[in-house]
Amino acid sequence: MATVEVPYQETVPLHHPKTWIGKYIFSQDHKIIAVQYGITAMAVGLVALILSEFMRLQIAFPGWEFMNFFTADHYYQAITMHGMIMVIYLLTAFLLGAFGNFCVPLMCGARDMVFPFVNMLSYWVYLLSVIILMISYFVPGGPTGAGWTLYPPQTITAGTPGFDWGIATMLISLAVFIVAFTMGGLNYITTILQARTRGLTLMRMPLTVWGIFIATFLGLIAFPALFVSAVMMLLDNFLGTSFFMPAVVSLGQKLDYSGGQPLLFQHLFWFFGHPEVYIVALPAFGVISDLISVHARKNIFGYRMMVWAIVAIGALSLIVWAHHMYVAGMHPSFGFFFATTTLIIAVPTALKVYNWILTLWRANIRITVPMLFALAFVLTFIVGGITGLFLGNVIIDIPLSDTYFVVAHFHMVMGVSPILAIFGGIYHWYPKLTGRMLNDTIGRIHFYFTFIGTYAIYFPMHYLGFIGVPRRYYETGISEFYPIAAHNLNKFITIAALIVGISQVLFIYNLVHSYFKGKKAPANPWGANSLEWCTPETPPRHGNWEDRLPTVHRWAYDFGVPGEEKDHIPQTVPRRKAN
Amino acid sequence: MTDTTLSTQESIFTSTARDWSSDMSTFKGVPWGKAMMWIFLLSDTFIFTCFLVGYMVMRMTVTEPWPVASEVFALTVWGVSVPLLLIAIMTFILITSSGTMAMAVNMGYQRRKWAVFWLMVATAALGASFVGMQCFEWTKLILERVRPWYNPMGAPQFGSIFFMVTGFHGLHVSVGVAYLLIVATRVVRGKYDHTNFEIVEITGLYWHFVDLVWVFIFAFFYLW
Repeated sequence: MATVEVPYQETVPLHHPKTWIGKYIFSQDHKIIAVQYGITAMAVGLVALILSEFMRLQIAFPGWEFMNFFTADHYYQAITMHGMIMVIYLLTAFLLGAFGNFCVPLMCGARDMVFPFVNMLSYWVYLLSVIILMISYFVPGGPTGAGWTLYPPQTITAGTPGFDWGIATMLISLAVFIVAFTMGGLNYITTILQARTRGLTLMRMPLTVWGIFIATFLGLIAFPALFVSAVMMLLDNFLGTSFFMPAVVSLGQKLDYSGGQPLLFQHLFWFFGHPEVYIVALPAFGVISDLISVHARKNIFGYRMMVWAIVAIGALSLIVWAHHMYVAGMHPSFGFFFATTTLIIAVPTALKVYNWILTLWRANIRITVPMLFALAFVLTFIVGGITGLFLGNVIIDIPLSDTYFVVAHFHMVMGVSPILAIFGGIYHWYPKLTGRMLNDTIGRIHFYFTFIGTYAIYFPMHYLGFIGVPRRYYETGISEFYPIAAHNLNKFITIAALIVGISQVLFIYNLVHSYFKGKKAPANPWGANSLEWCTPETPPRHGNWEDRLPTVHRWAYDFGVPGEEKDHIPQTVPRRKAN
Repeated sequence: MTDTTLSTQESIFTSTARDWSSDMSTFKGVPWGKAMMWIFLLSDTFIFTCFLVGYMVMRMTVTEPWPVASEVFALTVWGVSVPLLLIAIMTFILITSSGTMAMAVNMGYQRRKWAVFWLMVATAALGASFVGMQCFEWTKLILERVRPWYNPMGAPQFGSIFFMVTGFHGLHVSVGVAYLLIVATRVVRGKYDHTNFEIVEITGLYWHFVDLVWVFIFAFFYLW
């Protein structure tokens, strides 16, 4: 008889810090680290939000006196910083740093991450990367204005704002972020693989954990490409190497570069950049699957298919990167391959959407605030996904590339959708994290402003793109060939954007106010089944569980099981013996 | 729990499927640190892969001729030019260090702490001498006026990519030397007495990885 395996975390005592600083500042508790990640990401996200409002004002009202301080250079710097902050420092950091840290140990029934010290370092290195990024506003020339894709040669040639110092802080900040992500990501994967509790098989894990798991895996594979391209571009800029720089004439002078390959940067960048879309999307998929199932009181439709769809999307996302480069001058026959793989991704993605809808089918839907955000996510993701089919085809992409259609597409699919998932997740897990309920009325007002507002912003942008309005233009100047309707539409979009931006104050007010004055939350306010709702205390203390880790007997989706009295059965409840 | 007599007979597919569908841990009996090191090495593999892909692209796109490796990396010994002499010695040393590392791992599982210590110190010394020889090679190239941005023998990208990739690998070796020395000291000071000395194997994984990467760098930079 082999010895019975015991979860390793049950056998080792956890080190409990005695000081306030050890508990709340240099904390090794995954929940505190999650909050630290979340607050930092939201703070830096607010910066990016404000930058986008300035851009919108400039686009809608070019030549307005109030906007005189906002020069073309500022506009391009704002575009770059907005994109980079939103994609990496907000979305990646929030979905993996905050949700990953909070959900993974709790949902796996673990006391903490496997290496809490490395986990703590991960946050502080992330904070360092954010600080370096913000320093770029204080270096000579300001931050880089090359666009978030940072394409050479223009990124490091004179004329682009921040071509000497701004790009250096940007690239160093990215490299530091990758170090932080690696430390966190190694922890998430090892925890999920090696530190689950009794009875928790991989196929009993909530889909949130699956999404975070595969997304982290993608991150560990994709971020190295960004790291390498950052190192090579730094060398091009400061040592005068010519990795990405061909012979260039700039401002009438031939530069000292020759023989480099700008397309190499694009390949490396998008080998990171495309999986990055799914690094953001997969945790959002997971969160939404859990939210829909819990708040519709019905098991998730096709759990196994949902898991394999996540795995398939993750694998496919590594071989589609050059669909961002149809007009970049690569060999045209590449387009055929990458268009094919891109459209194949639609299959597992559509499968997930159908399964969400089938989960809702004849369910006992409770329109709570998290559920509103989850439903909005599904709608928004369908819109963004379908425009993705347009852009995935070479022949349709070519006329649409670098127009507002592209802006509308990627904001719908990886801007608004993951943000809705983040909001939904916050409204869902806030009671467990703080022990207080968020204010429901403010939550609903916040939802409708955000949801309808973002549609008011991005839906008309598709139309702008179809009539050929180019993106990333400071002002259209003498090339104002498009109809007056487009100008009016731009004004409408800007006003909508301002309203959405301001309405986020409601959300922050709600977070802060409810923390002190909110209703006391019960241990399981939504009637959910997964392990985080089974903790002995709310909010869970350091170590999460009592002496013994919980034992899992079933999956996390037993809602409305026929023949059962209660409408939900937590994962820790033993299964009845078969008659 | 499964009967052990049965499990010896089952195929690798069956046991893999059983481990992946089990609870608690997917890789049975694998310590956390070891699992984490494997995943880190997977990530690091992609860093070096990207560097080497960049190198291949450079070889395809440069407009000026690429220097001939057997001439650039030749040493003149007693008036005779021997191609790749230094690199052969460096490769030999690094692969030898992998041998001493493997012996250290073996001694670790036998709990012979001083044997582990001296074998790890030997590994670190071999690694350090590798870095030393790399410094010598860099100096030689720099004295021949090869720079990251300039190369008298043809394409400037030769210098750029050579210094970048061997530098990045040398950094890995240097970090490995420090890592080896720290672990070796902690082993004899009894920090790991309560464990099975897996830490020696984890350090070894990293060291073998650095060694393996060198084989690829050797093939791509010196033989191509």
